[in-house]
Parts: sequence; C-alpha cells; structure tokens
Amino acid sequence: MFGDYSLGDLGSIFVMQGFAGLILFSVYVLMALGLAIIFGQMGVINMAHGEFMILGAYVTWMTSNLFQTYMPSLFGGYFFLAMILAFVASGALGMLVEWALIRHLYKRPLDTLLATWGLSLMLQQAYRSVFGAREVGVELPQWMLGSLHVTDSIEVPINGVFVMGLTALITIAVAYVMFRSRWGRQVRAVVQNRVMAGAVGINTEKVDRYTFGLGCGIAGIAGSAFTMIGSTGPTSGQLYIVDTFLVVVFGGAASLLGTIASAFSISQTQSTLEFFMSGSMAKVLTLLAVVGILMLRPQGLFALKVRK
Amino acid sequence: MSDEANKGLLSPLRRKLLMGMAAVPAITMLPRASFAQAPATSAVNTTGLAVTDTEVTVGILHSATGTMAISETGSIEAEKLAIEQINAMGGVLGRKIKFIQEDGASDWPTFAEKAKKLLVNDKVAAIMGCWTSASRKAVLPVMEQYNGMLYYPTFYEGLEQSKNVIYTGQEATQQILAGLNWIAKEKGAKTFFFIGSDYIWPRTSNKIARKHVENVLKGKVVGEEYYALGSTQFNSVINKIKLTKPDVIFTDVVGGSNVAFYKQLKAAGIDLAKQPLLTISVTEDEIDGIGGENIAGAYACMKYFQSLDNANNKTFVPAFKKTWGEKTVIGDVTQAAYLGPWLWKLTVEKAGSFDVDKIAAASPGVEFKGAPEGYVRIHENHHLWSKTRVGRAKLDGQFELIYETADLVEPDPFPKGYQ
Repeated sequence: MFGDYSLGDLGSIFVMQGFAGLILFSVYVLMALGLAIIFGQMGVINMAHGEFMILGAYVTWMTSNLFQTYMPSLFGGYFFLAMILAFVASGALGMLVEWALIRHLYKRPLDTLLATWGLSLMLQQAYRSVFGAREVGVELPQWMLGSLHVTDSIEVPINGVFVMGLTALITIAVAYVMFRSRWGRQVRAVVQNRVMAGAVGINTEKVDRYTFGLGCGIAGIAGSAFTMIGSTGPTSGQLYIVDTFLVVVFGGAASLLGTIASAFSISQTQSTLEFFMSGSMAKVLTLLAVVGILMLRPQGLFALKVRK
Repeated sequence: MSDEANKGLLSPLRRKLLMGMAAVPAITMLPRASFAQAPATSAVNTTGLAVTDTEVTVGILHSATGTMAISETGSIEAEKLAIEQINAMGGVLGRKIKFIQEDGASDWPTFAEKAKKLLVNDKVAAIMGCWTSASRKAVLPVMEQYNGMLYYPTFYEGLEQSKNVIYTGQEATQQILAGLNWIAKEKGAKTFFFIGSDYIWPRTSNKIARKHVENVLKGKVVGEEYYALGSTQFNSVINKIKLTKPDVIFTDVVGGSNVAFYKQLKAAGIDLAKQPLLTISVTEDEIDGIGGENIAGAYACMKYFQSLDNANNKTFVPAFKKTWGEKTVIGDVTQAAYLGPWLWKLTVEKAGSFDVDKIAAASPGVEFKGAPEGYVRIHENHHLWSKTRVGRAKLDGQFELIYETADLVEPDPFPKGYQ
C-alpha cells in the first residue's frame, strides 16, 4: 500500500500516526484514572463512571455559556475554570452517592455493579430532563482550535497536545496524593485491611467518601476535557465506559502503573492496527489480544504482590 | 376462558354497531354544526379502528428516552405540530385527530411491543413512528400481521417496500446519486474516500455510492472505512485521508461519533473549505452538537434544509419555532416526519375512509402541495417523489442551498445494477 508514496510523505505520516497513538494513550489514561482509584483502590465497580464524566462536560458547557453571555472578554480562559468546576461538581455528586448508596454495599461488591448501573440510567434520564435529549455543542476558545503547523505535511492537533499535558499533570498529582501524602497512605491502609486501619485510628468512612469523591472528580475533569474531542449528550458517557473498564482491568485492578501501561499498550495496538485495516477490524483484534492476555494473566498486566 | 374469547371477538363488532347507531342521531340532529359534512362513522371505518363521530386516534411511536432520543425528539415535535395544524383546519373527514404517544425507548423489541399495543389495544388508525432501520424492521412484521399503517420519516438504505408502510424520507439512491453527480461535475472529483459507522445503513449506502462512482462516474474509491457505533477516536483514519489525498471525503458517520469525527478533522488541520466533504448523515440537528465552527464548508446531501426559500417553508419554520422554541433547529428527518400526518390526512380524504386497505390502495398519487420541502407525491412503491438537494454548512449551523435537482427524483428502493 506504500508503493505510491514518497519517502517524505511516509515519514510525516509515521510521525502523525505516532502522535495519534500518543493522543489516544492520553485519552485512555485520563478516562481510566478516576476509575482506577474507585475500582482499583476501593473495589467498587462503578458503572456510572461515564455519567460522572458527562456531568463534567455539562458543567463545561454551562460555564462556556455563562462566559459568553456575561464575560465575553474572558472567554479565552474559561476552560480552566470549567475544569475546576467540573471537578468540584462531579466530586460532590460522587461523595453524595457514596454516602447514600455505595457505603451500604462495600461488603457486597457485585451488588455495586447493579446499583451503579441503575444510577447511570437515572443520571442519564436526569440529564435528558434537565438539558434536553439533544446533544449540546460546547464552543471552544479560538486558541484551542486547529493545529500546530510543524511542516507542510505534519500538523499536530492543539487539543490533542492539551489533553496530553493535562493527563500528565493529573497523573503526577494522583501519584503524589496516593503514594506520597499522609492521606494516600490512609487510603492504601484501608484498602489493604479495613478492620486494622480502623483499629489504628483511621476514620475509614471519611477516607472512603473522599476517595470516591476524588475518583469521580477526576472523571469530571476528563469529561470536561473530552468536550474538545467528543460529543456532549445525555448518553455520551456510554461511549467511554467499555474502554475505561478495559484499560483498568487489563492493567491490573489495584495498580496505577498498570493502568498507565495498559492504556499505552492498548492505544498503540489500536492506533497502529487502525492504520493498516478498518476501524472495526482493529477494534476486534485489539479486544481479542486483550482477552488472550487476560486468559494467560487473569490478574492483569501489573498486580500487587500479595503474600498468600 | 371461552367467555373471554367470545368477548374479545364480539366487542369490536358491538362497538362498531354502537358507533354506527351513535352516528345517526348526530347527523340528523346537528345538521348545521361544523361536523355536518362528516360522513357516518360506519361508512368510513369498517374494520373497527378507533374512530368516533368526532375523533380519530393515531399513534406516535418514537424513542423519547435512550440513545436515540437525540434524533427522534425532532420527529415527535414535527408530528405533533402537524396534527395540531390539521386539527385547527377542521381535522380529517370532520374528525379531530387525537394521538397516543408511546416510547420505543431506543430498544427494538420495545418498539415492536408498543406497535402491537397501539394496533391491538388502542386500534389506532395510523402510526407515525420509528427512526432507525432496526426499529422499523422490528415493527414491520407487526404492522403486516395486524394490518396497520406506518408513516416512517427517516432517510434509509432502501431494499424494502410494504403495503403497510409509507416511507416519507428518501431511500438511498434518492439521497446519494444526485449528490455524487453534482460533486463530480462541480469539483471535477475522481477519487473518493468513504467513511461510515459500522451498521446496515452506511454499508448499504456506501455500496451504492461505490457502484455509482466506479461504473457511472468512472472514478475511484481510494478508501472505505467503518468504525463501530460510538467510536470517538478518528485520528488514524484522518491520517489515512491525509495520505491518500482524496478529491472528496464521503461520510455517513452517525450519532456521538459524528461530533468526534468533525472535531478531530478540524483539529488535524483539514480545512473543509479546501477539502470537499460530502455527508449524508449531518442535518441541522447534528450540527447543534458538532458546532458550526467545526463543520462549516462541508456539503450535505439531503432533500430539505431549514433555510429553503419557498412559501411553504416560510410559514412552516416560524410555526415550528413558535411551538417548540426559538432555538430549535429543523433537520431533514424532522421535515419528513412532518409530512406523515399530512399525507395520511390527504390519503384518508382521497379514499373517503380510514380503512387501512383503502388507504394503502389510495396512497399512490397522493400529492402534498404544502410540504416545506416544496412538493411531494407518493409513488406506486409507497416512497415519495422528492428533490435531492446539496447544501453547504455555515458557521451559524444552517445550510446554504447550493444545488437542487431540476425535477423530482423517482424513488427506487431496489436499484438495479447497484446491488
């Protein structure tokens, strides 16, 4: 298939394809991080993860409307405020949900699957009633549109670069919070042994609530960022949920590093295959590979070493 | 048990008799009332439909919840508006139209179940409904078994024809061929890149488009790609488009994927003002979600645009906005859904009866001169004669009409040489 093209053409396509893979990688990491905390650290199968993302997207949409109406001169910078608001809104809803629903189900992990699935349906219908069934268009500031012109044939999408930067930032922040801060230590203690953690004086209920809230808040930021590349509608969250679980489970549920490694391998496989065959076929082969590897390594790519 | 069965058998008959008896005094006693011209119920309804002396019931069957609510909301609104307008003009055969709305909930078995409920329990005279081909395929056997009448609004892949369905949208050849001819002539296009969502409509449409490009236009299809419904990552295929440099990108991507595709196309630096793109899946409704700035310059091949400049449309658009809000937009399918109740009314009046068999037989030749798209006529094959139009997307989310066929295009659901 490459016979007709010059070396220069091919070179630039490989560079662009490399970028496409990196962008996909960042998108996967960003959407999986929140779930990696909730599912990986707390063991809650949160089927409503996508809906927490879309809440962030709707918050972004409302912020953009607000800025356009009242502060058009500051429109260029609204996105940063929108992401913070998205984090707060999704995080707050997450903490509410944890208090009302999830905390009663910690001893029954499989029931959280059904409960959160029901929650996702309720949230979808709530979005539909509040914001309407149609998709909304989130208008972006001018500087976030278009691409960086590197050479005549190499162009890098600005929003892709933005997502990459954001992902790196949030990953570092999460890693710091989980592995370097006092609070992160408490979270890990609760995950490893709830009774013991309680006995040494950790307020396990509070830790659970904040952890769940953090995971949902990160989902909100992801949703906010994805208004740049995807759609915002009541059911848009469903577009992400399968890939999100795929990345987290494949990476090994309890490992943040595993999540990153799995996002990297899945995104690179997918984007390379997509280039050589059709999109549907690439997806099929990627999923087959994941299933195959999970059969050989049921614990995922990286698993916590636990003494048995 | 047998009592139950007997009751079930007798009740339509008894109801018919009662209705017939009720009609007699109504006509003799109220000779100068507004419904004086209304023919007796017993004469216009011989099959036990929900028709009284003053009312006739129809069904509206769309998804008001679930994924498809995004698309079907416009159709529901259009059908309700048409019914309201028909009632304001005196109804059908002197009877007001009452509707029962059911929710298909984006789930195909639910569509079939609700269709059965509307036909068997509610005895509706017609159903305005369905949107996806999958929902229509689920409902079709029900319509044929219980002899109902469905007015189906969406442009679709063709390869179907039923006595019990009137297709008010375009079948594939009506939508695609004229648009391809136009872009080949206008842009001198020889190479085409197809990209679609992976299900029956894009695949059938692209098959027809490919035959047309290769056999009629003598051009070349340099790529044909499908992405699973709901895909949100298109960077790889965009790179392929950049590599193959097609004269025209031809797309039938649907749903949330649509939004992702155009946003990423724009971000990758493909300027639709310079790179011609022809889509058969983006209407004003979709642009609402995509954002005008992401798709401006693209060509869409449809039969209706909200911006059409004709007398019918100039009264239709304000009426629609008055009922459903100033910000609502009207896409191709919404307009086709609006045709449903009107075509049914005109057919009932032509047949002089609500009976489904008579309506099915009377449908060919029925013309609607008040259609917002201009003028439509029902063909022998129960599809519509209508024009094909090409519009260019503008920043404000509207289309500017660029080209329309001189004559109405004949519907051809089973196109020879394209299969």
